[in-house]
Amino acid sequence: MNAGRAATEVSERHAYDVVVIGAGGAGIRAAIEAHQAGARTAIVCKSLFGKAHTVMAEGGIAAAMRNVWKEDGWQVHFRDTMRGGKLLNNWRMAQLHAQEAPDRVLELEEWGAMFDRTNDGLILQRDFGGHRYARLAHVGDRTGLEMIRTLQQRAVELGIDVFMEYTLQRLLTDAGRVTGAIGYKRQTGELVLFAAKAVVLATGGIGKAWKVTSNSWEYSGDGQAMALEAGAELIDMEMVQIHPTGMIWPPSVRGILVTEGVRGDGGTLKNTSGKRFMFDYIPEFFKAETADTEKEADAWYTDKRNNRRTPDLLPRDEVARAINAEIKAGRGTAHGGVYLDIASRRSPDYIRKRLPSMYVQFKELAGVDITVQPMEVAPTLHYVMGGIRVEADTAATTLPGLYAAGEVAAGMHGANRLGGNSLSDLLVFGRRAGKSAAEYAGRASAPPAANEAQIESAAAAMLKPLGAGDGENPYRIQSELQETMHELVGIIRDESGLKEAIRRIQTYKERLEQVRVPGGRAYNPGWNLALELRSLLMVAEASATSALMRQESRGGHTREDFPKTDGEWGKKNIVSMRQGDTLVQRTEPLPIVPDELKKILEEGAKSE
Amino acid sequence: MTSEYHFRVWRGDVSGGAFQEYRVPEEEGLVVLDVIHRIQQTQQPDLACRWNCKAGKCGSCSAEINGHPSLMCMTRMDEFKEGETVTVQPLQTFPVIKDLVTDVSFNYEVAKTIPAFKPKPREADGTRRMYQEDVDRVQEFRKCIECFLCQDVCHVIRDHEDNKKSFAGPRFFARLAELEMHPLDTNDRVALIKQKHGLGFCNITMCCSEVCPEHIHITDNAIIPLKERVVSEFYDPLAWVKRRLGL
Repeated sequence: MNAGRAATEVSERHAYDVVVIGAGGAGIRAAIEAHQAGARTAIVCKSLFGKAHTVMAEGGIAAAMRNVWKEDGWQVHFRDTMRGGKLLNNWRMAQLHAQEAPDRVLELEEWGAMFDRTNDGLILQRDFGGHRYARLAHVGDRTGLEMIRTLQQRAVELGIDVFMEYTLQRLLTDAGRVTGAIGYKRQTGELVLFAAKAVVLATGGIGKAWKVTSNSWEYSGDGQAMALEAGAELIDMEMVQIHPTGMIWPPSVRGILVTEGVRGDGGTLKNTSGKRFMFDYIPEFFKAETADTEKEADAWYTDKRNNRRTPDLLPRDEVARAINAEIKAGRGTAHGGVYLDIASRRSPDYIRKRLPSMYVQFKELAGVDITVQPMEVAPTLHYVMGGIRVEADTAATTLPGLYAAGEVAAGMHGANRLGGNSLSDLLVFGRRAGKSAAEYAGRASAPPAANEAQIESAAAAMLKPLGAGDGENPYRIQSELQETMHELVGIIRDESGLKEAIRRIQTYKERLEQVRVPGGRAYNPGWNLALELRSLLMVAEASATSALMRQESRGGHTREDFPKTDGEWGKKNIVSMRQGDTLVQRTEPLPIVPDELKKILEEGAKSE
Repeated sequence: MTSEYHFRVWRGDVSGGAFQEYRVPEEEGLVVLDVIHRIQQTQQPDLACRWNCKAGKCGSCSAEINGHPSLMCMTRMDEFKEGETVTVQPLQTFPVIKDLVTDVSFNYEVAKTIPAFKPKPREADGTRRMYQEDVDRVQEFRKCIECFLCQDVCHVIRDHEDNKKSFAGPRFFARLAELEMHPLDTNDRVALIKQKHGLGFCNITMCCSEVCPEHIHITDNAIIPLKERVVSEFYDPLAWVKRRLGL
């Protein structure tokens, strides 16, 4: 490409104080906060506004509001979160999250959200895995939709600028700070540039690197990759969450999420001989707080004072491994799943009222009536706990001017996320990121003029896959990557498999250089995938190399060759960063939990 | 030879286009969106369509399938007869961008004209209380996934482009009904509903309710009650006299 062509290639240039990339719960909440703090703010998103992944969240928003159980409180929520995360969490994030989540839920109600109600007219809360008390504010099983619509409508009310179907691909930097981002406009294929004093990344997860996932095409790791490339750090990328219950049959629906609310509302897992097998998989760590008979487990739903929690609602990592073990032992269904039965345990009316979208999803996609028959389920990749390293209070990354919130950020959930803690995470840290970004923009000088050399190289790289001629098909590389990650960086890992995965990822990277996509620039899915593949390969590499480094099993990371948790590894984060074009890793000690919070963790354990 | 699906998919852009024929090997349990994806993966990588959740929750993959406004992700291939040709075209009420992707910005513009939720003060104890019976009817409208199939099928704007200036469409009547029926809301939007949003254009043919993938009773539960509110506000003689007298 000739010098100077980039400048003419960029057809749109915008300038804002704060640019928020991503329009899920974290992104919109960040933008609302930045806007209200007086910053000129734009939201830039890959899809139409209101379609982000948050919309698919089903079960609810975890917040110790104490509407159903007065015994609840932020300390209990903090402890549940830390224990669920196998203590690899950033304690300060877990604390802020538990303390602020109730206010964030109530704020949604101020903006028009309509949660299900208790008998005395307050927000109803439901049971979920790993939460000691019924704690999830919800709307049937479509809580994410309610949340995104409420935030979307609030953003419209405030008049925040939204750029829909704009895919940002690279951060621009100068003198060690962020100065904006460059990408393209889906509908025309034209390149666009946003100059910004501060950028908030709220781009979500990385699930599309795996074959069986509940994630949509959007989850290609753009934010993690952009951050890495711009010089920020990631932590604990080996920590991915395999959700225990995804649909499995027919093949086209494989991976689609079945909410944990099914078990929260009384559903139970069974193998093909009808046995409730979770009682065989209660780990030592949770023995004291988990029911060991069916009778106690069933009584727990209505009497939490005198009974312990059903093992069906152990944290997700435990349940996913148990299902995997049942299937491997030959006690799974012909389609390779186990049964999730609510039909024999709750009335059809109750099921339809509490789980309306599950009812429709199974009825219309699988031809199964869940009020009559059990569901068939198997684990599905759902979430990444690892991600961009942030400072707890400010959501600041290690790169000045760059902030991150939601799934793209790391620390809050440690080695395993509890259900319901994601929606609350989006709100708590979305708000904090927006606030910090606005403050930074307020004290920052105007960004230096965009670095034309950076723009030029980004533009050249983005346009490179376009063009006829022989080359690699991006769909083929993606599907091979997905197989590799599923097979070798999935629920159970070992050294030789991880090394093989890393080797294959290198070959995919080489092949990506040869990708060619036919067609023009306007709304070309092949071209879009070619661009996203670059991010996917970067995050897949970070995930596999971190997994190889962590020689223990903890939460979402299970090593067949190191099957036990290791006290020393439990004190370390794995930090990934780029040196030149090379990805490098190192370990760093976890932040030390202060004594008063340590006491909460210990007291909780004793009282159980 | 294995059996194949026969697809006719509209390909083109604002300058024009045509239906193209595709054949895709049959598989168990597919939906229309899967077949479109197979075409992208193996034959035409630049075939444009929108999608996200693939589970009927996000409302992105709206199209007209054999002439019927539908979500591609929720239309199962076993609904069609053996060997039946499946025709997929973009929503006809909105300008095409490329292939199955249309410019739905009209809807986002209408959304901006709706006065926001404005809650009354909290209870004395600082809480907000609403009862499930009261929120049930509002929650019906909040199920809307903004697929805009109701907007697509509504003949007021489908057949008369000019009406878009003065007609909000069924999606936004549901939104307005939701706000008007919200137990905590204090804004009054009735005059606006009559004047700016053109509720009177709707002659309750119920097409919107029929295509709604969330089975929201848009006509019965949103539009008709709103029409009743407009009538009692503007055409009730007693109310008219009271208004004139400033009561």
